[in-house]
Amino acid sequence: MKTIIFKTASAYLLPLLLLFSVFILLRGHYLPGGGFVGGLMAAIAFVIHSFANGIDKTKNIIKFHPGFLMPVGLLLALTAGSLPLAFGDTFMTGLWMKQSVPVIGSVGTALFFDTGVYLVVIGVTLTIIFTISEGL
Amino acid sequence: MSNPYIVLPVIFQLFVAVVLMFSWNRKNLQKLISVIGSLIALLISLLLLLKVNQEGIQAMQAGGWVAPFGITFVADTFSALLVLLTAIAGLAVSVFSVGSIRNARIKFGYFPILHLLIMGLSGAFLTGDIFNLYVWFEIIIISSFVLLTIGGEKAQIEGAIKYVTMNLLASVIFLTAIAILYGLTGSLNMADLSIQVAAVENRGLVNVTAILFLIGFGIKSAVFPLYFWLPASYHTPPPAISAIFGGLLTKVGVYALLRVFTLIFIPDEFLTWVISIMAMLTILTGGLGALIQNNMRKVFSYLIICHIGFMLAGLGIYSTIAIAGAVFYLVHDIMVKTNLFMVSGLIFKFKGTYSMRLLGGFYKEQPLLSLLMAIPLFSLVGIPPLSGFWGKLLLIKGAIASSNILMIAFIILGSFLTLFIIAKLWAAVFWKDGAELPRKKHIKYFEELKPLKKKAMIGSIAFLSVISLGIGFGAEWIMRLSMTIAENLMDPAPYIQAVLGI
Amino acid sequence: MEILLVIIIGLLYAAGIYMMLRRSLVKLIIGLILLGNGANLLIFLLGKIVKGEPPIIADTEKMLGEIYADPVPQALILTAIVISFGLQAFAIILIKRAYKVVKTDDLDEMNATDEDL
Repeated sequence: MKTIIFKTASAYLLPLLLLFSVFILLRGHYLPGGGFVGGLMAAIAFVIHSFANGIDKTKNIIKFHPGFLMPVGLLLALTAGSLPLAFGDTFMTGLWMKQSVPVIGSVGTALFFDTGVYLVVIGVTLTIIFTISEGL
Repeated sequence: MSNPYIVLPVIFQLFVAVVLMFSWNRKNLQKLISVIGSLIALLISLLLLLKVNQEGIQAMQAGGWVAPFGITFVADTFSALLVLLTAIAGLAVSVFSVGSIRNARIKFGYFPILHLLIMGLSGAFLTGDIFNLYVWFEIIIISSFVLLTIGGEKAQIEGAIKYVTMNLLASVIFLTAIAILYGLTGSLNMADLSIQVAAVENRGLVNVTAILFLIGFGIKSAVFPLYFWLPASYHTPPPAISAIFGGLLTKVGVYALLRVFTLIFIPDEFLTWVISIMAMLTILTGGLGALIQNNMRKVFSYLIICHIGFMLAGLGIYSTIAIAGAVFYLVHDIMVKTNLFMVSGLIFKFKGTYSMRLLGGFYKEQPLLSLLMAIPLFSLVGIPPLSGFWGKLLLIKGAIASSNILMIAFIILGSFLTLFIIAKLWAAVFWKDGAELPRKKHIKYFEELKPLKKKAMIGSIAFLSVISLGIGFGAEWIMRLSMTIAENLMDPAPYIQAVLGI
Repeated sequence: MEILLVIIIGLLYAAGIYMMLRRSLVKLIIGLILLGNGANLLIFLLGKIVKGEPPIIADTEKMLGEIYADPVPQALILTAIVISFGLQAFAIILIKRAYKVVKTDDLDEMNATDEDL
């Protein structure tokens, strides 16, 4: 599908979709959204780019192997989950900052957990897509 | 009442896996981290068992959500003991992998996935929530899928297709059963379900759900009509992976059966009868299947099925002493089966084949090593005072107490079949005069390995053999532990009290 | 609504099992996917359907109203979907590998594991 319209559109779609995926991630706690959906959306952004420009170009703009996002995300989620243990609460208890941060809203461990999920989902999905598309 | 220590075995394994993923390309560092991580995990689970033994059942509510609403983690003696056994088997397999796993497989992330698998197993043993149990099962199967296919040889891929299909089917059945259970009771907490299910008026639907659970867990633990995937897949991956599969994967199904059918569904006469029949036929078919196999690892695969039958028999008889027997047998079987697959891997490293017809003369070549290998083999048969004997003794005692003559007959038949098979295997592999085998180019033989790798492989077998001997000679202690576990299983009131606080 | 869902669930289970009994690998995977979707819908149905009452507490209120949809089945379905997403991706890569290695789509041809080695 290397039409010029799709190619041009994909160049604009990639940053837009990535931005939207972050928006979905951040609104996730009380409204529909969250790390999984956001991560999938970000992965889809790269998939659209790879459809338009070929998988090698997409690999070039990501620079590192997407599989690397998995341990980073897992570590983030694990830390967010075990942080309450240090404050004497049980595993996975949500800790929240008293004041909310402008733009992002209230910040707590749940946000970091979700960000971890977001990274893992991007890593897993892109690894899967790259593996399937190899040698097609 | 809330105790954060319970999830530590799970969190720690995840942590080790993450650290391993960060050192993706450094093979030797990965080996070191894996072994040290497994050692620390062993220590953690040992402390957990001691704590549970001293202070009784521990419960933890994840996220601080009160019991029937949040996800609960519970550590009673049964869970803690199985987590400890998982850690022991994990350590042995990790050390064995250092010696036997090829670098090409490590490059595809063998060690991180091994630790994720152990994390899933520990989680499944510790959770007190039926849907969470489903999630842990999925973590276990997805990591086992990857381990099974890593390397991508033809037999591995074909075995994996059978394994994947049956396990996915089991998951769907399990999920269906959870859906119906939730529709009936509106709860997922196992302690809460124990109370709620007893109060449901529509007994027919409860029994159907129970049967669905039986089928779902039955596929996973490879009982009689549902075991065909096991001998088709367990002999295909490298021996270290076979070892962790053979030792632990089917046992988590048995654990789930024991837990669900003592806590949530109290079997009526019909259900115990069904389970008993399944147990008898599992013993028979597993034993007969092992009898005709020539591949050493296939023999052990069928023996897994045969001995799952013993554990199921304990549930079928359904008395405290019989369940204690099943628990004892479970403890023994995890150690011995893990060890046996490692033994077969070591023999393969010497000879380059698994075929009993071609093998021979191992005793003449390696007398000391053969004696070491004799320990797990004869423990499996259950020659007193080795570990396999005591579990069967308790089972037969239980069967006599409930005058279930047919069950006694099948347990003894199963023991004889095992004895015959192991004697045949011993004669074929160790005593028979072996012909000179052609040396294959692509196999790295034992003599060519570095001394550290040699020590790692023999050391892990020796480690598990010593533990097997310990179970055999320290049977009194394990038996007391099994009796406590069986009493706790038969009387779930303390478990419910620990979780719900009523 | 309920009766329609019941029929759909029945159809999904039946179609899934039928597809699983075919000999083609691709149909096997499709069958498993259909079964999984059937199970997800079953959770949804058995969680008792409530129309138009999401379990969200409005800004002006302190607690939920009398009738509201049970959020637990939705959480369960979401979890099950995420899990099946991973499993199915794996299964699809696996059948692709199997097709490359064995060079057939027919399950009956896959008997290397039964060979006497």
